[in-house]
Amino acid sequence: MFIKDYISDVYKAAKSLLTGMKTTGYYFTHPKEIVTEQYPDNRDTLKMAERFRGEVIMPHDENNEHACTGCTACELACPNATIKVITKFDISPEGKKKKALDTFVYHLELCTMCGLCVEACPTSAIKMGNNFEHSVFDRSKLLKTLNNEGSKIREGVE
Amino acid sequence: MYTETQILKETSTSLLNGEGELVINVGPQHPATHGVLHLVITLNGETIKKIEPHLGYIHRSIEKMCESLTYRQFIYVTSRMDYLSAHINNHACAMAVEKAMQIEVPQRAQYIRVILDELTRIASHELWWGALAMDVGAFTPFFYAFRERETITDIMEETCGARLTMNYMVPGGVMADIHPNFQQRVKDFIKLFKKNVDEYDDLVTGNVIFQNRLKNVGYLSPEDAISYGCSGPVARGSGVKSDIRKIAPYDIYNQVQFDEVLETAGDSFARYLVRVKEMRQSISIIEQLIDNIPEGEFQAKTKAVLKPPKGEFYTRVETARGELGVYIVSEGGTTPYRIKFRSPGFSNLSALDHISRGSKIGDLMATMGTLDLVIPDIDR
Repeated sequence: MFIKDYISDVYKAAKSLLTGMKTTGYYFTHPKEIVTEQYPDNRDTLKMAERFRGEVIMPHDENNEHACTGCTACELACPNATIKVITKFDISPEGKKKKALDTFVYHLELCTMCGLCVEACPTSAIKMGNNFEHSVFDRSKLLKTLNNEGSKIREGVE
Repeated sequence: MYTETQILKETSTSLLNGEGELVINVGPQHPATHGVLHLVITLNGETIKKIEPHLGYIHRSIEKMCESLTYRQFIYVTSRMDYLSAHINNHACAMAVEKAMQIEVPQRAQYIRVILDELTRIASHELWWGALAMDVGAFTPFFYAFRERETITDIMEETCGARLTMNYMVPGGVMADIHPNFQQRVKDFIKLFKKNVDEYDDLVTGNVIFQNRLKNVGYLSPEDAISYGCSGPVARGSGVKSDIRKIAPYDIYNQVQFDEVLETAGDSFARYLVRVKEMRQSISIIEQLIDNIPEGEFQAKTKAVLKPPKGEFYTRVETARGELGVYIVSEGGTTPYRIKFRSPGFSNLSALDHISRGSKIGDLMATMGTLDLVIPDIDR
């Protein structure tokens, strides 16, 4: 029964196409179910997840103090040599020498945002920030110093 | 070195003695190869006589790089191999280090790992589904697939901290505990996905044009699947049992109920069906685990510097594309002496020449789409 098979094939084919078109039609008539976000127009309302790894930052408190002891654990943990910790020796009032952070150099252009430095830090001095818009016109602008000028280590952090 | 002229000379003298043969290049920049894969195709009219893949365009020497990184550091690099199942790659590497160091992973970490593995598998299959439909000419399925995939990447972003290259695994567990919203969001996703996966069937699976493009195209027999080393959905589409989650269960896969999806037809449509059914199986695995995550540690206590003993260690996992093996040779130092990855994409690609010979060039993209090739996984 060649003709019967042929007609049934055509019928099934047309039906399968209409089934697909039904789904397309549903979304065509329900524009509220469209989920597209209009970046960068929605920049003001855009909220990143708090754990999102965008860059390494070093939080400072209101007294311009950080928690970095200069132990270089992050430098050793980094797979790409992104971090360079330069230390100095502070002399305490009793005359003792104490190792302290001088400059925390961070190469953003080398960073892969793996988060291993934050994992390695014993004093939680660094964390991953949420900013992800890093494009600049000059590569040298990506070389950052994370500790603020004149900042010192918080009391009680060893 | 193997130059184009040599290939032309060889193919024109030894392989092709007839008339009207044509050698064309697909790639290295071609939208349907989904990456920098270069195929040198020898044609007789429209019939494919020979396909020769040229690799190396995205070779980053990840294996050599790993030799200079410590056992904690090298895990993040493997996210860049098969970037669609980055989490599962990291899982394999973390497991290899744990095997070497004899670290016991806490139950909670194992549950989290398996749930995230399955979410990654669904995300990977969704992207493949959209890309395959686009390869054979349908454009909108790509957006439908990305709609659900976006939900998964949002979950990943919230818990792991990144959308694609998660790097959430550390030797001994996971980097941080799951986000408080994690369970609720996964449950919402399952509810949404169950509704939407039926839409996939309506849109594409039942579509007569799509079926005619894939059925009886790219036939791979079970014997060939084994001899070419195919694994994952490619082998299972030919009826070869190859699911590592069933053969050699790792973490808590022996405690969950799921079926190994097998299709016996061996053509492109069978491989398509395997992946669509696997998405449903992954959903069922997540459903079993999501409410039963035990309390406890998410990371075992490990030493700051990992120094595995001298020896050789091998682990294998089932990624979205097939079997991924991680082989570590340790000399007792802080960095591995040698690391070898057995990637599923490379073996699956090797079958492409065999299954496409004799078919028309128009079918090549459909065949290649169902092999689900990720080029950085092939080249590493």
